[in-house]
Amino acid sequence: MSDVDLIIIGAGPAGMSAAATAARGGLKVLLLDEQGHPGGQIYRNVAKNGTSRSWLGKEYASGARLVEALDNPHISTQFGATVWRLDDGPTVVWSKSGTSQISTARHVLITSGAQERPVPFPGWTLPGVMPAGAAQILMKSAGMLPRDAVLAGSGPLLYLVAAQMIDAGCPPKAVVETQTPRMMLNALPHLPKALLGISTLFKGLGLIRKIKAAGVQRYSNASDFRAHPNEDGTLAFSFQAKGKETHLNCALLLSHQGVIPSTHMTRSAGIAHEWNEAQQAFQPVTDDWGTTDRTGLHVAGDSAGIGGADAAAAAGELAALNILQLCGCLNSDTRNQRAAKARAGLLRARSLRPFLDAAYAPTAETLAPVDETIVCRCEEITAGDVRQSMSEGATGQRQMKTSLRTGMGPCQGRMCDATVRAILCAPRNTATDSIAPPRARAPIKPVTLAELAALSKIQAGAD
Amino acid sequence: MKVVSRFQPPPESGPKVQFVFEDEQITAPQGISLAAALLAHSGNATRRTSTGAQRTAYCMMGVCFECLVDVDGVPNTQSCMTVVRDGMVVKRQIGLRTIQGGDYV
Repeated sequence: MSDVDLIIIGAGPAGMSAAATAARGGLKVLLLDEQGHPGGQIYRNVAKNGTSRSWLGKEYASGARLVEALDNPHISTQFGATVWRLDDGPTVVWSKSGTSQISTARHVLITSGAQERPVPFPGWTLPGVMPAGAAQILMKSAGMLPRDAVLAGSGPLLYLVAAQMIDAGCPPKAVVETQTPRMMLNALPHLPKALLGISTLFKGLGLIRKIKAAGVQRYSNASDFRAHPNEDGTLAFSFQAKGKETHLNCALLLSHQGVIPSTHMTRSAGIAHEWNEAQQAFQPVTDDWGTTDRTGLHVAGDSAGIGGADAAAAAGELAALNILQLCGCLNSDTRNQRAAKARAGLLRARSLRPFLDAAYAPTAETLAPVDETIVCRCEEITAGDVRQSMSEGATGQRQMKTSLRTGMGPCQGRMCDATVRAILCAPRNTATDSIAPPRARAPIKPVTLAELAALSKIQAGAD
Repeated sequence: MKVVSRFQPPPESGPKVQFVFEDEQITAPQGISLAAALLAHSGNATRRTSTGAQRTAYCMMGVCFECLVDVDGVPNTQSCMTVVRDGMVVKRQIGLRTIQGGDYV
């Protein structure tokens, strides 16, 4: 007998919308999230912020309705709960306040979302260099505004953060963009399909207009990022733009090169993964409803492939409707009927993605940085170390781990897997999916031995 | 040398908590993460790696483990995943965590 019908891991747009749909259909739901409040990163702190911090914009504020829908007697929530193991059964092991617990369910839906793609360059480990999304988290969760900041990289989030900073009265000192004219050229064939998501396209253009109107200095086609510490703790940021070396001093250097799915959970659960060439990232293999090759395990939202918040909410609803059908609460005709609206929403939300993926693709130097760059921040291993190891015969990520310890620090590869893979693939210049995704093993977040020992006592008591 | 915070301080209104960081008393808004409170306090490093390199909180969402500090004697605490509390005693984490405590050490 399971503890609940459905465990949902991650309370972002996909998880919240799935929880509400499943609970309305009569399922008993347990919703787990690592953070203290629902919303995920995109709608972080949205319910608490209410009408304050209006500079975060209407899109952000609209997430509040997803949080309100969690108010349902069939949904129990656990915040500050870190899932560190997922087994067939399905069984979920999670930790809260230093104590681990085991929960079982008929189905588990993984909605663990995305993380920012690591942006390695010489100096990216210095105090003052942060991802743009991290600065946005500080804006959402603490009302803290970046001071004397340069935004550098590419992607819709870069423009959004710049616009939010302008509206909050602390415009960025400069926006340094890495996308090239060739990328935009590659993106153009995707434009007709993107017209389905034209309102989003207009919103994006609005952000760029706002940045121009605010008189923020913009550099385009930038490369060769480097950061050095100044004596007063500020940063000397240098880059090439239009063939000219440019120097900017700043307190904060906020980088961004898009987001990638968080796959530690899905990989550790043994779910099959595939390489998404357009998004330069691995993602779990799922069908139209988010089901995977592991019985009872489902994935929805950005953790199944980057689509953004609206696509995630729609995919969460679809996964929940399918789980309702699998649990016998709906027949397949009703499921399909009720899925029509979410299906259309998903199509609309995803229509812009191929254009965005091509126009704001990560640059080659981000994927495989110059030798002196630290690649694995935890173990302080450089790109040169990785290339040296390759010249000595290492061909995959496991061998890299064995010889260098890449990915063996506390972040477990979250900050270096993508880069090590790209460096490994660079000389082959062939189909990059010939390198298997790195293994992820439980515990996928650090747990103390004392906590593990206490868990074995619980299990012994239960037997 | 103290480096000025790289962020404008959070709004002054609302309840506050007080905690200690490296023998300095710090006031922070209630409910924010410890990592946010430390970033609002100064732009200095909050951790040193095993080779002595300076680091501060990076991803702010529990992914990168750069924000590790010692909280009330517990090292390797992710400050971005910890809500700042009254009376907390926080220290920089210098190098890797060492095995300590327990009945058998």
